Amino acid sequence: MPKIVIDPMTRIEGHMKIEVTLDSSGTIVDARSSGVLYRGIELILRGRDPRDAARITQRVCGVCPVPHGTASALCLDAAFGISDKIPENGLILRNLILGSEYVHNHILHFYHLCSLDYADVVRAASYPENDFEALRQFASRGELAPFLPRYVGDYRLNDDDNKALVLHYIQALEMRRKAHDMLALFGGRTPIQAGIVPGGVTSRPTTEKMVSFYWRARELYDFVVNAYLPDVLRVAKAYSDYFGIGAGCGNFITFGFFDLDGSKPDYARRKRLLVQGTTNKSLKHEELDLSQICEAIRYSWYDDDGTPNPQKEGAYSFIKAPRYKGLTHEVGPLARLLVNYASGNESVRKELKAVMSELSIGIDEMFSVMGRHIARAIEAKVIAEALCEWVLKLSPDEPTFVPYELPSDAEGIGIVDAPRGCLMHHVRIENSVIANYSIISPTTWNGSPMDDNGQHGAIEAALIGAKVRDWENPEEIVRIVRSFDPCLACAVHMTNLKGMPIGEVKVFA
Amino acid sequence: MEKVVEIPVIWLQGATCTGCSISVLNSVRPSIANLLLEELLPGKHINLRFHMTIMAGSGEIAMEIIRETKGSFPNGYLLVMEGAIPTANNGLFCTIGERDGKPTPLTELAKELAGNAMAVVALGTCASFGGIPSGRPNPTGAMSIVEFMRLNGIDTPFVRVPGCPAHPDWFVGTCAHIMLYGLPKAEELDELGRLKLFYGKLIHDNCPRRGYFDTGRMAHKLSDEGCLYEVGCKGYVTFSDCPYRKWNGGINWCIDNGHPCIGCCEPGFPDVMSPLYERFFEERLPKLKLDEATGKLTLS
Repeated sequence: MPKIVIDPMTRIEGHMKIEVTLDSSGTIVDARSSGVLYRGIELILRGRDPRDAARITQRVCGVCPVPHGTASALCLDAAFGISDKIPENGLILRNLILGSEYVHNHILHFYHLCSLDYADVVRAASYPENDFEALRQFASRGELAPFLPRYVGDYRLNDDDNKALVLHYIQALEMRRKAHDMLALFGGRTPIQAGIVPGGVTSRPTTEKMVSFYWRARELYDFVVNAYLPDVLRVAKAYSDYFGIGAGCGNFITFGFFDLDGSKPDYARRKRLLVQGTTNKSLKHEELDLSQICEAIRYSWYDDDGTPNPQKEGAYSFIKAPRYKGLTHEVGPLARLLVNYASGNESVRKELKAVMSELSIGIDEMFSVMGRHIARAIEAKVIAEALCEWVLKLSPDEPTFVPYELPSDAEGIGIVDAPRGCLMHHVRIENSVIANYSIISPTTWNGSPMDDNGQHGAIEAALIGAKVRDWENPEEIVRIVRSFDPCLACAVHMTNLKGMPIGEVKVFA
Repeated sequence: MEKVVEIPVIWLQGATCTGCSISVLNSVRPSIANLLLEELLPGKHINLRFHMTIMAGSGEIAMEIIRETKGSFPNGYLLVMEGAIPTANNGLFCTIGERDGKPTPLTELAKELAGNAMAVVALGTCASFGGIPSGRPNPTGAMSIVEFMRLNGIDTPFVRVPGCPAHPDWFVGTCAHIMLYGLPKAEELDELGRLKLFYGKLIHDNCPRRGYFDTGRMAHKLSDEGCLYEVGCKGYVTFSDCPYRKWNGGINWCIDNGHPCIGCCEPGFPDVMSPLYERFFEERLPKLKLDEATGKLTLS
């Protein structure tokens, strides 16, 4: 049977290869998602001062370093016995820093990683309006990289929508940067912020910074409401067939985030803006049970003892295969949206219902490529709005950091949802240094290969069943894969859950 | 109108987190839109032909660009290397694209592309010195592109633009410098091959908290006012213009945010700088040796 290999899978973070097998009608009957870069960050962490993890793990991913810094700080807070003692200011500042990262990430993802699959930049260069002058000049030089070459074919937006999307692509370059500027106000700098540490945050809020943050968040909120969300709806209307493509495994899990109350040491039960839990197509919300997570390596390039082995027979990826209750689960914005919808989160329900009514779709259509884009845009709106509220709750004279003693032996888990989904850090400290550190990141879930039972990962499951019309230009494949916003630098880890009985670990400090 | 000179760029990502790419997106003046669409300097356009995070094409279409760029630009192209090069296990820890149905190790691509380039910009600490992926125990045999080129007998001129991540101004400024004045002359570089323009001064000498240090007012825990020396600041062994350039359009930087400098622009990052939150023992510094023959920096 014919195969299509896409390597490198571009406009995602990192090194990914996608291979699909087609039947004679062009329907995908098998799919393989491979992570093809291994660094071994966890091995590098061993033997180091535990506090260094909150800096070094941010280098797992330069697109979303803040979630790693946050998960690391949470797991160290737990290990140091201070997870319920972070000052209110510290909690709010962590939310502001991570929230800024979410806004940056979602804008980047839709416009700069995905929109070139739908908008036609080349056609836009022929528009006569003044707004397109720079683009016309660019095209007149005859060198159209990085916008060409590309797959030829399915760019079906009408001129008005195409104009909006291309202009916003350019404007979004600026807006994404502004989200990063906002992040740096309390994060010090970014990418790779220098603010979130175990114990809280190093920066002190001042009135003028709060006002500055507020107005930056307002500007981004306006962009999300007036450009990003409408653009997603434009694409969704023109490409409505993508409500029927890429449904995936139908199981969803989220760790939630944005701590609203830090008094409970148990992160799985803590009150968060976006709640923790799982759901599936029945849309019943279930509480999170971390002991149900396990990880398989039959198709991953690791020997049974965890040693990386790219020559392992039958394996095809450096990514492992985490499963919840033995089943493949999708993580990310769609998972958060559906779990929060199921749990009765009113602000999420209100936004989703408005979008569904404008598009005349039901909740079933949300299990799709377009559903993921819509979920991300709605979430950007909810978070940008929350940032405006939270920043005004800071108290300039109050502490942002709580001191602690470094334990000689301890263990901790930190869970948080990154923009791309569930992120877990686990540390074991012996003799005051890191004895073991493990990370399960969002794309480990979504981009995983098959597990020991032959069950496909979430991206693979979303590909299987889709039809590829033009084998030379397999747009369907890249659109499905990109709707997950894969991050391969995050995905590849050598977490060894055999040595990590999550259910027995002191999650509760 | 004068003809615009196209400067083809192949931007290769190895053992990286993509943080340097994202950092470059944060360039304020020129903006990234200026960089992509317009001429960086009058008559000179950066023609970003291959960059996996940005380019429209995927798979074979993308790999074809590399082959075409090597052939169709007689004056060559600029190779921007982001990330370290994992050399262990026959290079199989990082592959990009396929040839004859087999994955292509980055080591192969890097050899070909660095060998044919007009110059190599080692972007970020990983590409410059090895960085985080080469931190002990260096599980993948990761090394900088500079060390990799020397080991493979490639003598293409290079410039290092370290930082974890590199500041957008350092990268854009280095590119502009090359366009205006050609490859940096020896006197413009420090002994590690970095432009003195950006890496010429010690952070400690220009630190806004220097007054605290001089008068002995020390922060004893994070978030305190005072000099951050006792909580691990590496600003007095780190060379960069962070204190006055600052980050993200001049909004803030690590030390203004109450966070100690972790020395991310230096060859000793992360191993020599660890533990990051403990006072640095300067006796470790002189032990850092640059091997002229291999370009490798080691702790002796």
